[in-house]
Amino acid sequence: MALPEVKQSATEARLMALTLPESGCLKAARQAALSRVQTMGLPSRRDEYWKYTKPDTLVQAEAPKAAVFHADETPMFNAFERLNIVFVDGVFDAEASDDLELEGLTIDRIEDICCKDIHWAKDLYGVLEARGQTPVERPLAALNTAFASDGVAIRVTGKVSKPLNFTYVHSDDNSDAILHHVIRVESGAEVTILENGPAASRFNKCMEIDIADGGTMHLVRAQGRDHERRAATHLFTRLGTESVFKSFTLTVNGVLTRNEAVIELTGDDAVAHIAGACVGDGDFHHDDTVFITHDAVNCESRQVFKKVLRNGATGVFQGKILVKEGAQKTDGYQISQSLLLDDDSQFLAKPELEIYADDVACSHGSTSGAIDEEGLFYLRSRGVPHAEATDLMTLAFLAEAVDEIEDGDIAADIVSRLEGWLARRR
Amino acid sequence: MLEIKNLHVKLEDEEKQILKGVDLKVEAGKVHAIMGPNGSGKSTLSYVLSGRDGYEVTEGSAELEGEDILEMEPEERAAAGMFLAFQYPVEIPGVGNMTFLRTAVNAQRKARGEEELSASDFLKEVRAKAKTLKIDAEMLKRPVNVGFSGGEKKRNEILQMAMLEPKLCILDETDSGLDVDAMKLVAEGVNALRDEGRGFLVITHYQRLLDHIKPDVVHILAGGRIVKTGGPELALEVENNGYAGILAEEA
Repeated sequence: MALPEVKQSATEARLMALTLPESGCLKAARQAALSRVQTMGLPSRRDEYWKYTKPDTLVQAEAPKAAVFHADETPMFNAFERLNIVFVDGVFDAEASDDLELEGLTIDRIEDICCKDIHWAKDLYGVLEARGQTPVERPLAALNTAFASDGVAIRVTGKVSKPLNFTYVHSDDNSDAILHHVIRVESGAEVTILENGPAASRFNKCMEIDIADGGTMHLVRAQGRDHERRAATHLFTRLGTESVFKSFTLTVNGVLTRNEAVIELTGDDAVAHIAGACVGDGDFHHDDTVFITHDAVNCESRQVFKKVLRNGATGVFQGKILVKEGAQKTDGYQISQSLLLDDDSQFLAKPELEIYADDVACSHGSTSGAIDEEGLFYLRSRGVPHAEATDLMTLAFLAEAVDEIEDGDIAADIVSRLEGWLARRR
Repeated sequence: MLEIKNLHVKLEDEEKQILKGVDLKVEAGKVHAIMGPNGSGKSTLSYVLSGRDGYEVTEGSAELEGEDILEMEPEERAAAGMFLAFQYPVEIPGVGNMTFLRTAVNAQRKARGEEELSASDFLKEVRAKAKTLKIDAEMLKRPVNVGFSGGEKKRNEILQMAMLEPKLCILDETDSGLDVDAMKLVAEGVNALRDEGRGFLVITHYQRLLDHIKPDVVHILAGGRIVKTGGPELALEVENNGYAGILAEEA
């Protein structure tokens, strides 16, 4: 079927501005992704899953300008041992990064996948993204697979002693970055990956994660405080038997963020937790779009998303749990909540459940509300000043999402950023 | 300590007058009890004194040690030494009981220009006080009042009172929802805080709490006014004759 004319021309305009990288053995994968983009067309407001979020600035040929923001605070995830991997405006910075060597894993840039003949990465690149295109299309992810200019391939083979810390530096007001990472966690291996920073004025990031039986991966990211930055990110995760994937995302500021997570539980007894906390003030639009497929027995999935919105900020949550036939004993939980600090802010939620098995427990809930006045008065009556009491109540609201982070030091860092954000707005 | 003069209070959103000229003076070191039938304005009095929204003072004054408290924010009243033990303590999911206590103690110290309590000093003090109220470490770790039984909530109120060391303690139907043992425990906690510098205003329906917390003065509040004031024997009279008898007598 031909694309609507507007979509067709928008897609063509975007593709004109890009060149397919020279990439040897990944050429076929990139070409295939390009034809997916051409067939689907890039997102428009008329698409069902873009009803609440305007994709225009994510799609247009040039990245809208975004001033680089210099935060006067210590860098994220700085207080503990980690291996640093730095990208500046979407380009790997070897000088600023540590040696990419750590026991229990290998790290290579995607441009080296072919010359080093890294089979597993060749076999994974674009594969989970392509699987994730049905039943809901994700054209920006296909665009990413086709045109990603950098990224890494990480293979985890053992229990890694310290986290990998990706720092995405934004240094050019007009930068437009497309990064693609592929990660394979082998059987019984375990890794924690941290990500922080805005990356670019406009950032399109795709992460394909394949976790083998008994593998574990923790992912914690913080998306940077630059007010004008835009980002469209995709996580595609496939989980094997008894494997675990836990992800948490902190979003503080940013004019537009769309975080999609496409999770497929393909082995029995697997566990996937996806959580996020966002705080937005004024010109802020944040969208969490999650699709979890249960395709095995006795798997557990949790989605916990909390949003604090003020001065006209907008939050969107679209979360789906699909339980396939035969995925008995599924335990699916989904909660999305917003705390609206004034009458101008809004929260739009679309929880979905689609279940084809008869022995499952799935629950979902979505709420939107103001600060609990009773609680606020209680705190104040004990001498806690109004502003401090409001912050305490706000942090308490976000706690359920932050509690999804298992590592106490990492969680404490996230909480301190939230405290800072709140304190700056008193 | 506390001096209330001709206090008139109505609901902010309705033309409903609740307090119609309350006069009351609580001296330091004394325990005053306020008894009265349902709807007489007992809880309103406690809320107005602690600064809850929704009430409008139309006439009269309330001073704590000579300072007009009615113009103050709730947190300023707390820092000035006012404490209300809630009839229904509020549950605050996500805020740890310990964090809450420490934030409150230090906020009040800061407001009074005193040095904040160090983490270790605070911990020592909280543990000692919690122990006498039979509050275990688990309860201190849990979110404020979440999943607490009725008795645990009231004990938690008294623990806050003990930590904050207010000048004037208002107990709003602290006996409601308590069994005899829990009431004794709470009363012991309150009695331990009685001293020459501190005043108490104990609001209750029933005389039984006053068996454990012995009042110096008993007031009967009815129809928004204090209609009778007497010694502890007045509470016994209520117990024996009911409010109807006393009100008929006064009318």
